[in-house]
Amino acid sequence: MGEHGNGGPNSGAVIKAGEGRSSGYAIDNPGLPPHRPRLTDADEKAARRAERQVSALFLISIIGTVMFFVGYFAVGVTDGDLQMLRLQNTLLGVGVAFAMLGIGLGVVQWARALMPDHEVIEDRKPLRKEAERAEAAQTVNEIVDETQIKRRPLLRNTLIGAALLAPLPAVVVFRDLDRSEDFGPERMRHSLWAEGVRLVRDPTGTPIRASDLTVGSAVHAIPETLREVSGHGDRLAEKAKAVVLLIRMNPDDFEPVTPGREDWKYEGIIACSKVCTHVGCPVALYERHTHHLLCPCHQSTFDAAEEFKVIFGPAGRPLPQLPITVDDEGFLIARSDFTEPVGPTYWERG
Amino acid sequence: MSSQSLESKYTEEQYSEVDQYQPATRTGKIANYVDQRVGGTGMVREFGRKVFPDHWTFMFGEVALYSFVITVISGAFLTFWFDPSMSSTRYDGSYVPLQGVEMSMAYNTALQLSFDVRGGLFMRQLHHWGALMFVMAMAIHMLRVFFTGAFRKPRELNWVVGCTLLLAGLGAGFTGYSLPDEVLSGNGLRIIDGMLKAIPVVGTYISFFLFGGEFPGDEVIPRLYSLHIFIIPAVILILIAVHLFMVVTHKHTQYPGPGRTERNVVGYPIGPVYAAKAGGFFFVVFGVLALLGGTFQINALWNYGPYDPSPVQAGTQPDWYIGWFDGLLRLMPGYIGGVPLEFVIPTPWGGNSVATPVLVTFIPITALLLGLFVWPWIESWITGDKREHHILDRPRNVPGRTAFGMAMMIWYFVMWAAASSDLIATHFSLSFNDVLIWLRVLFFAGPILTFIITKRICLALQRKDREIVLHGNEAGVIEMLPHGEFREKHTRVSDYELYTLVSYESPGVTAARPNAKGKVGLLEKSRVRMNRTFFEDRVEPVSREEYIEALSHDDHGTPAELPAGSVGAIESRKS
Repeated sequence: MGEHGNGGPNSGAVIKAGEGRSSGYAIDNPGLPPHRPRLTDADEKAARRAERQVSALFLISIIGTVMFFVGYFAVGVTDGDLQMLRLQNTLLGVGVAFAMLGIGLGVVQWARALMPDHEVIEDRKPLRKEAERAEAAQTVNEIVDETQIKRRPLLRNTLIGAALLAPLPAVVVFRDLDRSEDFGPERMRHSLWAEGVRLVRDPTGTPIRASDLTVGSAVHAIPETLREVSGHGDRLAEKAKAVVLLIRMNPDDFEPVTPGREDWKYEGIIACSKVCTHVGCPVALYERHTHHLLCPCHQSTFDAAEEFKVIFGPAGRPLPQLPITVDDEGFLIARSDFTEPVGPTYWERG
Repeated sequence: MSSQSLESKYTEEQYSEVDQYQPATRTGKIANYVDQRVGGTGMVREFGRKVFPDHWTFMFGEVALYSFVITVISGAFLTFWFDPSMSSTRYDGSYVPLQGVEMSMAYNTALQLSFDVRGGLFMRQLHHWGALMFVMAMAIHMLRVFFTGAFRKPRELNWVVGCTLLLAGLGAGFTGYSLPDEVLSGNGLRIIDGMLKAIPVVGTYISFFLFGGEFPGDEVIPRLYSLHIFIIPAVILILIAVHLFMVVTHKHTQYPGPGRTERNVVGYPIGPVYAAKAGGFFFVVFGVLALLGGTFQINALWNYGPYDPSPVQAGTQPDWYIGWFDGLLRLMPGYIGGVPLEFVIPTPWGGNSVATPVLVTFIPITALLLGLFVWPWIESWITGDKREHHILDRPRNVPGRTAFGMAMMIWYFVMWAAASSDLIATHFSLSFNDVLIWLRVLFFAGPILTFIITKRICLALQRKDREIVLHGNEAGVIEMLPHGEFREKHTRVSDYELYTLVSYESPGVTAARPNAKGKVGLLEKSRVRMNRTFFEDRVEPVSREEYIEALSHDDHGTPAELPAGSVGAIESRKS
């Protein structure tokens, strides 16, 4: 970089605010460089070659359109045949691509090679002229005067009041976006789980015998009562609160239990809500050696041995545990509902 | 009123002239017919030869516009078959693995579109690629505008329109992503639901009103559909109209160079060159998107199955522009040192929960988006520059802005990369915990390092420009002087190139200005601090004195070779 590094104290364009012309620079604006003729300007042969190139591109476009029709009619309705669907999709896509690129590149090449490439200078218009501004301001003043709004404050104030109120119905009218009978956050505290409700496999609905589960296995379970819920939307909403992951671990692997949860597991079988306490993704991955649960969306990691405590990631609370036991026939049942709302934290959760 | 004259300021001839002209050709007759009724003469006179500056970086705005048009066209096609209903049906289309499966009408018709409507899959993929390209082109266009300073007066409001367009583009993308109602989009909605619920006081209710009750219910998809195909596209169309109207009002900016001034526009006239290039370019963009739609599979929704709150796939990714929201959710830990960040505010009615880990992610989102909107005013506040600018900055000549912009870009990229932290880990056989922890470090350190490094690079490039101006380019020819010294010959650059290198301003640090009471307030102090960060290290453009001095060196020693044509100009200046 050497001796001329950053320039001395007196170097540089001395430009004061509001000036901003080219005046202070090391050299004055030399104006547009002279036009350099292109090969196509000077040589008629080259120009004719460019012409042929452009029309070749247009011909490619025609071929592309034909290719589209081949894909559409010759391949025809694919009827679930994935190979043919892929072939058709490729023919249609590549056909349209050729059709479009042929026209596009052709026209661009036409403009670049054959149309005049002389740069043109145009003046910028000032955004406004002072005389016109004054005239416009005068017009605005006259208009305001003619409305008499300044002289009649009663008109002005009542209009403001009315204009502030009038949009409110447009907000209120959206109230019925949620028409449910149990409107409000209270419903999020309850799920389909209740004392005696059997845990059944998702999605088959078969009840689960405690003896069916081997150590290390994990089963996705739903309440048996879920299928009684009518309505697709309601059923999904109930399922979204009730999905449970059932894990059987070696009973020795559990850390000491929180007082009050002593009878929440059954012989090393433990159940937790599958809905992540972060933003609600299903915590679907279970690693049997570490007995860790992982949410694939944001990698929150929970430890099944420590009552689903968070050991990594963004979740802010342990997964709620579902108290379980077995009924007379040896099938797994819930002891009660979850003792806290499942899923992401919300304001009214408390 | 009664005293107003009935005399017109136009003559009777001027009125009857409209009917006098008799066109000779058939085209002329049609043109004349239309012109007599809509007044096209004025438009042709105004716009027929209007000049547009040409530069490859001005292309991204066009790409965005054209991608939007193509997305609208392909989307309109899709609406003829897609039914956004969430009512339950059994799939009986031609895709065997899903036959007999219970699913919503939305997923069912999306599958039929893909398998049983010829060209339906292509249109779906074209639509998806078009949407990705639309947002991508807008982002790159905004980076161009930012780094060249095109947002400065008088274009600040158009920058705001552009920022709003970006947000609308994100909204259009997200609402569209959710429509097919399969597992992937359902989990996307689930995450949105979780984020909405984290908002204090009103969040739970916003979620209820969006989903028509508890998540997921059976109302959300028709609602997203009307947003996606009607409300958001209408907003985008109106904003595009405003955006382009303002571009015409302001006339386009241009890069510094010979012949370019703040008072002119240099470029090609609309007719024919610019119209041909821009019009042809629409077909090029269409062709590229068609090629993507025809050869690169995107969102193969038959693999996912209908939405069900229980299953999820590992390694799923949101569309790229949603990535940084998702990445932030991953970056923010739920516990720090074993202490939970979530807490409950005790209240008489049982307490209110604060979902800190989710809420904190709103801070960078708001900072980045809000910062984008108000940057033109922040910059002119820091620099004190309130003038109009039509000549663009070369990014190196504004090291402060360029470095700050790069820092924000890196910040964004860290958040964005975090959305793929699991894939980074699996692809490079790393622990995903380590990847995330490093990304957390980069979240803080990345922007700072980037600022410093970028600023140094800018200053170095400016010094290089000075070298070229003062000594010329290295000619690649080594000469031996009579006394044995070896030297490389330099070639002086032409005046045209030279002008590009010297025609910029390098303002110094501005001192604090006391307010009316004669005090320097806290706000002014922080302004000066930022002003100093922007300007304290600076490289001056070569001055006239320095340049003449450098030329005089050429006379003795080894004269640099002057390119033909510029000798006269320089000689005359020296005398």
